Amino acid sequence: MVTLEAQPGAAVELSALDIVLWGVLPYVMVVVLVGGLIWRYKYDQFGWTTRSSQLYESKLLRIASPLFHFGLLAVIAGHFFGLVIPKSWTEAVGMSQDFYHFNALFVGGIAGIGTLGGIVLLIYRRRTTGPVFMATTKNDKAMYVVLTAAIVFGLWTTLASVFEGGHGHNYRETVAPWFRSLFIFQPDIAAMAAAPFSFHLHTLVGMALFIIWPFTRLVHAFTAPFHYLFRPYIVYRSRDRDGGRTGGRARAGAGSRSVTTAAQNPNAPAAKRGWSAVGTQDRDTRNR
Amino acid sequence: MRVMAQMGMVMNLDKCIGCHTCSVTCKQAWTNRAGTEYVWFNNVETRPGQGYPRRYEDQDKWRGGWDLNKRGKLVLKAGGRVKKMFGLFASPVQPELKDYYEPWTYDYKTLVDAPLGDDFPVARPKSLITGEDTKVTWSANWDDNLGGSAENGHLDPLVEKVRRESEDKIKFAYEQTFMFYLPRICEHCLNPSCMASCPSGAIYKRVEDGIVLVDQDKCRGWRQCVTGCPYKKIYFNHKTGKAEKCTFCYPRVEVGIPTVCSETCVGRLRYLGLFLYDADAVTAAASVTDPQELYDAQMDVLLDPNDPAVQAEARAQDIPEDWIDAARRSPVYALAKVYKVALPLHPEYRTMPMVWYVPPLSPVVDLLRDQGHDGEDHGNLFGAIDALRIPVEYLAELFTAGDADRVTAVLKKLAAMRAFMRGISLGNDPDESIAEAVGMDGQTMYEMYRLMAIAKYDERYVIPKAHVEQAHDLEEMGCSLDFDGGPGMQDSSPFGEASGRPVPVAVDTFNALRDRQTSDEVSAGTSLKGRVNLLNWDGRGAPPGLFPDKGPEPGTLAAAEDQP
Repeated sequence: MVTLEAQPGAAVELSALDIVLWGVLPYVMVVVLVGGLIWRYKYDQFGWTTRSSQLYESKLLRIASPLFHFGLLAVIAGHFFGLVIPKSWTEAVGMSQDFYHFNALFVGGIAGIGTLGGIVLLIYRRRTTGPVFMATTKNDKAMYVVLTAAIVFGLWTTLASVFEGGHGHNYRETVAPWFRSLFIFQPDIAAMAAAPFSFHLHTLVGMALFIIWPFTRLVHAFTAPFHYLFRPYIVYRSRDRDGGRTGGRARAGAGSRSVTTAAQNPNAPAAKRGWSAVGTQDRDTRNR
Repeated sequence: MRVMAQMGMVMNLDKCIGCHTCSVTCKQAWTNRAGTEYVWFNNVETRPGQGYPRRYEDQDKWRGGWDLNKRGKLVLKAGGRVKKMFGLFASPVQPELKDYYEPWTYDYKTLVDAPLGDDFPVARPKSLITGEDTKVTWSANWDDNLGGSAENGHLDPLVEKVRRESEDKIKFAYEQTFMFYLPRICEHCLNPSCMASCPSGAIYKRVEDGIVLVDQDKCRGWRQCVTGCPYKKIYFNHKTGKAEKCTFCYPRVEVGIPTVCSETCVGRLRYLGLFLYDADAVTAAASVTDPQELYDAQMDVLLDPNDPAVQAEARAQDIPEDWIDAARRSPVYALAKVYKVALPLHPEYRTMPMVWYVPPLSPVVDLLRDQGHDGEDHGNLFGAIDALRIPVEYLAELFTAGDADRVTAVLKKLAAMRAFMRGISLGNDPDESIAEAVGMDGQTMYEMYRLMAIAKYDERYVIPKAHVEQAHDLEEMGCSLDFDGGPGMQDSSPFGEASGRPVPVAVDTFNALRDRQTSDEVSAGTSLKGRVNLLNWDGRGAPPGLFPDKGPEPGTLAAAEDQP
């Protein structure tokens, strides 16, 4: 068994399971997530959509969907604050542990409950509105189970620490160092292994969520249209996207008539359009 | 000046008989797939009427098109970029299915399969969305021919507006006053607000011919374009989760044949051709303060293809010579700018629409005839156009942002043309004074008559072909609309509904054609698999499958079973 220094002075015995779950699985997850996203972006642009069901039902969606999505954005921000920013930094700017803890529980709790309420409403809507339920695939159902589980278990860790009060587990000494250590390829497995079961469960379900992410409708999150804020309103695109350069290829394949055309106009400039550079990239960036 | 070419359409509303052939053929060609059951790229509305989707012209509600902000800058009516981003999770103003209609079919099978009984079997309507029994309460042309207008006529947003601005007495006689048909497709605007609303940048205007398309691969289903389009001519495919719209039948237009709606139009009321316009001037033209001046601004954007300076600039922009020539012969340019009888639909939306309408004179003529007057006499007609304010004001709300004088001028031209040509038909000398009364000369009026009354196929449709050197690119454009059941269109693929790569149009057409040629049935039955469809047989030789297999020897049991 490998023995690592988890915290100064405390040697922790690590089981093989710990190594697999907290040392190997995170990297597997990243490989599947990134590889899956690249693969899907390349081969399934057509399936890459929100698959909105607003056309069928709008009343409930109008409340539930923003509740869920904005809640989720807050939750993501909270995760960033809790996991990425080391405890020493917040202490350095004079934020006491109690103050941090209160904030994390209060804001995090509200965001979590909002997100959970949102997704419960969305699932209720999905189940009870006939057309929406009919448009729900098995893939969607599986995704909803994992997504809801991740939110529920995450909320559990938060609420548990409310009831445990100041004596509760401080994830900034276990989960957060482990999370950061993953990025420098020195996973602090012992730190994570020392965290309580509720955190283990939430982390595992979270990793499962990221593993299935590229293969579900969740992918729409990765094409959030931030470039809309910067692009021009009117988009021009050329039909012959690389102008004269395709000319030879097209003539070769297009039969005698076009060859004759070319012969009749030997001095005609290649079919390069003055506006070829205008507009967004065409689909030739993809490997089709 | 940046000269660009734009495919445009003009519809002569006087000729529309409201037969819906354009709608049906368009639907068969483009939207006969799951997910687009409720979608009509082309629809024909009876006006006055609510339209499709219901009351789409009520922009106070639907927030489509552009507005001017306090500083006179063009902004999307539904809100700017930041506001749109916050509306991504639930689009604030988007028509629901009930605003279009719930598509349905009938349970025809019971008619055939019902057991013998005392009652006639009934084909009940079934919703195409839920599959359940449904009650048919609305459709794309529910108020066809003023059906139900006694109850619902006031729901037409334009009727509301005209009534607000007119005297009370109009109210009572209104429903009996007039009626005409308005076929609508995507306007392929010069300043499209759907495109501006698209967060993904998936909607684009083709530089070569100005056709506005949705890149099905780039669309992510944020559905802001549906809100953005004031004509509500972008539709959300609820199965693929992507936006779809009228394509101006680009695969047909590229090879020089008219769109399906034009080709099949019974009244031959559609004209197709090119406009040359100044792309740099569009935004300024769309930002004119007074909505009633938008028409003039739009006219100024259109360039004269006979002007050598314009031609030179077009050549400098690499517009091919045959396209410039087609622009010179363009019937849509002639109707819109030379004769000035075609008007844009709702210029006040500031999108610079490129499908134009010759307003109908027939409501006026019909009324005159009903009142016992000679509806062909130009004196009577001129007077009637002025007297019959109601139709004119209604038309003005449609075509000139409420400027009734402009509509009157067009109707007078049409009336003058009627009277002028009647004189000729009766063997009189051409009465130049009629033409002069509307600011034209006899020769121009005759040319206009020729174009509007007897123009042949190649005069109505002047469509330059896309260039052969581009043929390779045209084969598989990035905007293919998919077919249900194709390789990428499984009901529920592992990655969710409608996932997978779209089948290029070319491949799909090839497969469909092959299936059709080797089958006698709509869905290829096994017994006819491999057989030649005689309708597709060129008469030469005997290809395999021309004759049926010999089958079992006569007199055997199998042969007896085969007997009908």
